[in-house]
Amino acid sequence: MTAVRVKFWGTRGSLPVALDSASLKERLARALVAASGHDVSTLGKARAWLEREPGSRLGHTFGGDSPCVQLEAGDDEYVLCDLGTGARVFASRVVQRHGPAKTHVFHVFMSHLHWDHIMGFPFFAPAYLPGNRIVIYGCHRDLERAFRAQHAAPCFPVPFERLGARIEFVDLAPGRAHEIAGWSVTPRRQDHSGDSYGYRFSRGGRSVVYSTDSEYRLDDARDTEAITAFLRDADLVIFDAMYSLADAVSVKEDWGHSSNVVGVELCQLAKAKHLVLFHHEPANSDDKIASIWRETVRLEEITRNGVPLRVSAAYDGLEIEL
Amino acid sequence: MLISQKRYANVKVLTLSGRIDNGTSDSFKTGLGAHVAECRAGGDRLVLDFSGVDYISSVGLRALMLAARQSREQGGTILMAALQPVVHEIFHISRFDMVFDCFPTVREALAKISPSALAAYDARPPG
Repeated sequence: MTAVRVKFWGTRGSLPVALDSASLKERLARALVAASGHDVSTLGKARAWLEREPGSRLGHTFGGDSPCVQLEAGDDEYVLCDLGTGARVFASRVVQRHGPAKTHVFHVFMSHLHWDHIMGFPFFAPAYLPGNRIVIYGCHRDLERAFRAQHAAPCFPVPFERLGARIEFVDLAPGRAHEIAGWSVTPRRQDHSGDSYGYRFSRGGRSVVYSTDSEYRLDDARDTEAITAFLRDADLVIFDAMYSLADAVSVKEDWGHSSNVVGVELCQLAKAKHLVLFHHEPANSDDKIASIWRETVRLEEITRNGVPLRVSAAYDGLEIEL
Repeated sequence: MLISQKRYANVKVLTLSGRIDNGTSDSFKTGLGAHVAECRAGGDRLVLDFSGVDYISSVGLRALMLAARQSREQGGTILMAALQPVVHEIFHISRFDMVFDCFPTVREALAKISPSALAAYDARPPG
């Protein structure tokens, strides 16, 4: 059975962010203090120190690219969720690895069309290269219109019509399975402004749920049952945990996002195996996201009823093998 | 999910017991709602005694948020008291400890909001 690997290229919500100079200096200062007394006299020794605690924690950043997640199962064709700025990094790796002359097929499943989820496409190098084929799937009627509008004046200097690749838009019906690129893919409508869609990907007895930009309230029993069924026994649940629960039910109610608390509850109800906190609030620093992750691990521990649920916080560059 | 009540002057102490989860949240909302309606300026203040609650879910916390909002609009006050360690952690992780004032004991909550309620509480027969 081919291994299924999930790669996270962009994990930040709303807009991309970057580590600034002040934060970098602070991080370096902490690392220098922590390394004091250790032999870090060469680049090799310093890199080795950074692989162990506390270096691995101090040398880590969650990154700042907006959503793009890749599913890999040994196929030649690529499968992506969303085209945030993380798609630029993904694409540049593909071109670096294979060269610009080799052509590929990309299957992209769009959760929705808000800017943070499509803003990477104008910088998706394969779109400009003839011979590539990019199939963009979604459940929104204006899927193609949104991409064309982004790729036009006054927003972008290169019009969509000048893209060299063959680009197709495919309308998917939610609530039923579609066989695409070796995967059985089921979209599900979610609560978000203008609607968003989660996707359940199944293959060879394993399943991954990509559920971002969704406000799960759990205040309706039938709805909770339906969501639980969508997540049932999933090997991996990529979950929008942008806000605290207190914010999500008060000042940020109806903003279309969920919390770590609801993520744990749903995954426990659904007996999912691994929860990945995703779509991080752009205002949150690395320390803050790490703290939220630790709290979520603790929450799972104190509310566990049965098999443990593994909890991770997504970061740009994370790879998870199922 | 059981709710019992005791009055101390102008404060009603609601003692909750059991789990507040998806299965019990409806009865919790209904039971709480009747008391929140009377929690207003010049009316009752509420102290929720969580000593008998060993778990609260997001739905239960949402119900508390709605109660807080309603009482605030009415000029009322709701305090939390005697959270068990697990529930206390859930409040912290969900940031609900920033929404509600939480006190280690019912007595300390009463002391915060009503001298007459505290006096009545201290004067209660033992047991």
